[in-house]
Amino acid sequence: MTAREAGLVACRRCARVWPMGQDRCGRCGSHLVSRDPTSLQRVWAWWIAGVIAYIPANIYPMLSTRTIVSSSENTIVGGAVEIASHGSYGVAAIILIASVLIPVGKFLAIAFLAISARRGSTVPARKRTHLYEVVEFIGRWSMIDVFVVAILSSLVQLSVVASIRPGPAAFTFALSVIFTMLSAQAFDPRLIWDARSREAKRTD
Amino acid sequence: MQAEMTTDAPLGGRPIEELIACPHCDALYVARMPEKGGRAVCRDCHTVLISPRRKAGARIIALTLAVMILVVGALFFPFLDINARGFGNSTSILDTASSFRSGYMTFLSVVVAAGIIVIPLIRTLLILYVLVPVVADRRPFPQARRAFRLSQELKPWAMAEIFAIGCAVALVKVADLAQIGFGPAFWMFAVLVILVLFNDNYLCTWSVWKSLELEEE
Repeated sequence: MTAREAGLVACRRCARVWPMGQDRCGRCGSHLVSRDPTSLQRVWAWWIAGVIAYIPANIYPMLSTRTIVSSSENTIVGGAVEIASHGSYGVAAIILIASVLIPVGKFLAIAFLAISARRGSTVPARKRTHLYEVVEFIGRWSMIDVFVVAILSSLVQLSVVASIRPGPAAFTFALSVIFTMLSAQAFDPRLIWDARSREAKRTD
Repeated sequence: MQAEMTTDAPLGGRPIEELIACPHCDALYVARMPEKGGRAVCRDCHTVLISPRRKAGARIIALTLAVMILVVGALFFPFLDINARGFGNSTSILDTASSFRSGYMTFLSVVVAAGIIVIPLIRTLLILYVLVPVVADRRPFPQARRAFRLSQELKPWAMAEIFAIGCAVALVKVADLAQIGFGPAFWMFAVLVILVLFNDNYLCTWSVWKSLELEEE
């Protein structure tokens, strides 16, 4: 039995239930909707913004390093490759996972959740809810590269010996992470379970 | 110990304030406190619904106070220092947050400062504001519910622990360029991250909402 089937509307913030039609939760003051009809629209809007911002984040340099002997500009992947070539495979892996694997995986996961919420899917609803939880938990970790750039560019200021400055990709990458976090937050996971009960009715 | 919520008890006729709906799948249950040390999970999607801990309130307040002291301390002490060929530089967290200075990059400074200082600090203040009266068995402060909701909404945007891992990565990146040293603030930050993680695990939001509801009436 769901709250909706019982003629009730549940607060997603504090789990209290109210009679259908009530506008605000009397306990925590959140806006109440039984199912958010604009949820998927907002998911896709933020998703597209996130993907668009992610493209320049990979093309433009994240950091520009100047030392006495050389000056170089590194993109996300280029930076990871350079670190790996120095032998620090672990750190190269952290950067690749946080800045490439997690964002791309997140784009795919959110798209899958949004499509399957509407069309249904052979993947069990419980697994998809779990995927949603993982996406929500892990998305913030992509910010790590932005913080690395911030730390390096404030720390490595040694006049002529070495200096590091942030590149334009740091900006668009941060935007991309924020947009995808908003996209994931706009998703209403209850839609996953609605599709399931719809299918059950159809096959009956 | 983990107990699944059951739907054995008939839902009809129950007063509405005894019900709890899973925020992830909308399944409806009669809210029942799990056994000592246990937690109640949703039968359908396994989302944790209720996870009360003994003396959680007092512990959270203690941890939150510690977090606040550490954040303020970490702000003013040097954080990392660097040396290469006679040139040296040390940086504090405030320097880090303001490292994107020019033009549209200032936006990044705002994001970094918010994620690692402002939002974690606001969250600790809000949680103290909400929990201190509850633990002391007093009436909640005015607007306590709004404060608690805000603290929950800000949760994904508090990124102190991510910043800490970022430090480790940054250190390796410049290891062959220069000598790096840790300042006192670095260690404060490390402790802080552990406390923040513990703290978030202790907090059972449902129990807090319940007590705010009971004591305001």
